[in-house]
Amino acid sequence: MPLTRSTLREGIPEGGPQEYLWTMNFGPQHPATHTTLRLVLTLDGERVVDAEPDIGYLHSGFEKIGEHLDFNQYVTVTDRMNYISPMANNVAWHLAVEKLLGIEVPPRCQYLRVIIAELARISDHLLCNGAAGLDTGAFTFFIYAFNPREQIYSIFEALCGARFTNSYTRVGGLMNDASPKAIEMIREFLRGMPKVLDDMERLLTRNRIFVDRTKGIGVLTKEEAINRSVTGPIARASGVTRDLRKDEPYLAYRDFDFKVCCAKAGDCYARFLVRMAEMRESLKIIEQAVENLPSGPVNVGIGDRVALPDKRQVFTTIEGLISHFELTMSNRGFETPCEEVYAATESPNGELGFYIVGDGTNTAYRARCRPPSFIHFALFPHLIRGHTLSDVVAVLSSLNIIAAELDR
Amino acid sequence: MSATDPATIAALKDAFPELVVSEFRGQTRVVIPRTHLFSLLQKLKNEFGFDMLVDVTCVDYLQYRGAKDRFGLVYLLASTRTNQRMTVRCFVNEPDPSVPSAVPLWEGANWLEREVWDLFGIRFEGHPDLRRIVLPEEFTAHPLRKDYPLQGLGERHNFPVITRAEQ
Repeated sequence: MPLTRSTLREGIPEGGPQEYLWTMNFGPQHPATHTTLRLVLTLDGERVVDAEPDIGYLHSGFEKIGEHLDFNQYVTVTDRMNYISPMANNVAWHLAVEKLLGIEVPPRCQYLRVIIAELARISDHLLCNGAAGLDTGAFTFFIYAFNPREQIYSIFEALCGARFTNSYTRVGGLMNDASPKAIEMIREFLRGMPKVLDDMERLLTRNRIFVDRTKGIGVLTKEEAINRSVTGPIARASGVTRDLRKDEPYLAYRDFDFKVCCAKAGDCYARFLVRMAEMRESLKIIEQAVENLPSGPVNVGIGDRVALPDKRQVFTTIEGLISHFELTMSNRGFETPCEEVYAATESPNGELGFYIVGDGTNTAYRARCRPPSFIHFALFPHLIRGHTLSDVVAVLSSLNIIAAELDR
Repeated sequence: MSATDPATIAALKDAFPELVVSEFRGQTRVVIPRTHLFSLLQKLKNEFGFDMLVDVTCVDYLQYRGAKDRFGLVYLLASTRTNQRMTVRCFVNEPDPSVPSAVPLWEGANWLEREVWDLFGIRFEGHPDLRRIVLPEEFTAHPLRKDYPLQGLGERHNFPVITRAEQ
């Protein structure tokens, strides 16, 4: 399907002196785009003069669906946004809902949510960095990165029964408490992971080919990063010292000791290094959270009337029975204020926020997702101009574009 | 979420007397008429240090109880230096839902405003590249409006099938 010429390219007339430029279609089905996105590149020999992203191949109307599913049902849709780290989306969604309702989850739930969000971050960074290696020709590195992801999936399976689309969180708590077996699996993961990271760094961080392919490619300055709304590891690789876990501590992040990893160069290599360093910091957070995991309930009490009470309460107390009945009847549920909130979390990709409009019912009137991938992909033409065709994949993998989140 | 500094709000109220300020769960929101939207955003960026535009989105209040206006635009601003946040609201109505574009101030507004145009049909005056972004260019409706149904319209079976012979 032809793409309408962007008005931005009106400077290059058809049949003008620059008519020798080649137009090349990249995607939407291409192994190096990883997901379904399309680029129309204008080439001068091997140099990229301009790039025109064309997105929407995976648009599924998630925000429209969000207006028709209730707060607990919609969490299954957030899984499918950034499917590399679904747990981080679950946490972000229910954080926004709980902010709208004005409830605070118990400490044990906060710690467990921190653990799963950080595991999701490690899983996301492993895939992103692994793919950065894969796209620049280091296949072994990809396998090294993919192996521990399998372990993380097994931990998620022990926590909630699903490996890929987890939907572990609920309004006011979690689906169920973490079993001792899951905690033991997390401990084992923490023991093995530093060695994997050491191996990965030995394989690629000083690899001549990889450094040549990524250093000085796709440079983003600090001012541009702020002006173009860039967040997360990409902004931090450009020297923006912004991490919502430190700047606006949500959940229990205030209790943990960790560093914000930054770099100054702003190129693909700096983004790779920031992600590698962030994984080590995440391990530190998980270790502190697991060792100091508070005891107590994971769901808010019956008084808040949002989380299902446990079965013993339902069968033995009248309050539990009423609460269970109210929450499961389709015409009851809980009530929300007629207000609007925005809650943001530091997801692996950047600032992931939900803007929710409540209208009194237990369904959002509007469920806007602030997707980091969407904002980062808008950068792409700016980053690639002047580089060669082979750098397209290096820049794409360093931006970590997830098309399901890009199009929603 | 860090709220906005009260001194900032006071200074803003001096500059824009028509500003309506409210707060909910530690979030400061200001409502500004369309005519003053761009100058407010410009002032916030240049004088008050709100250097990052976090998000631009829109809410269609067609079926909202007690709503007076049809569309409510949302600009989420943040400051990377002072770590403040602020929400700027602007209400627009049919038949001409349009606001000045924020692209001259923040490059990041480009795709965000294209998405609002695509899904809500709000025109951003002065946007350099206002095309549809997630929907195909032949699409005629704006599906996140509340008068657009969840199912039925714009689905695949409504489009003509192109065979190889016709290509």
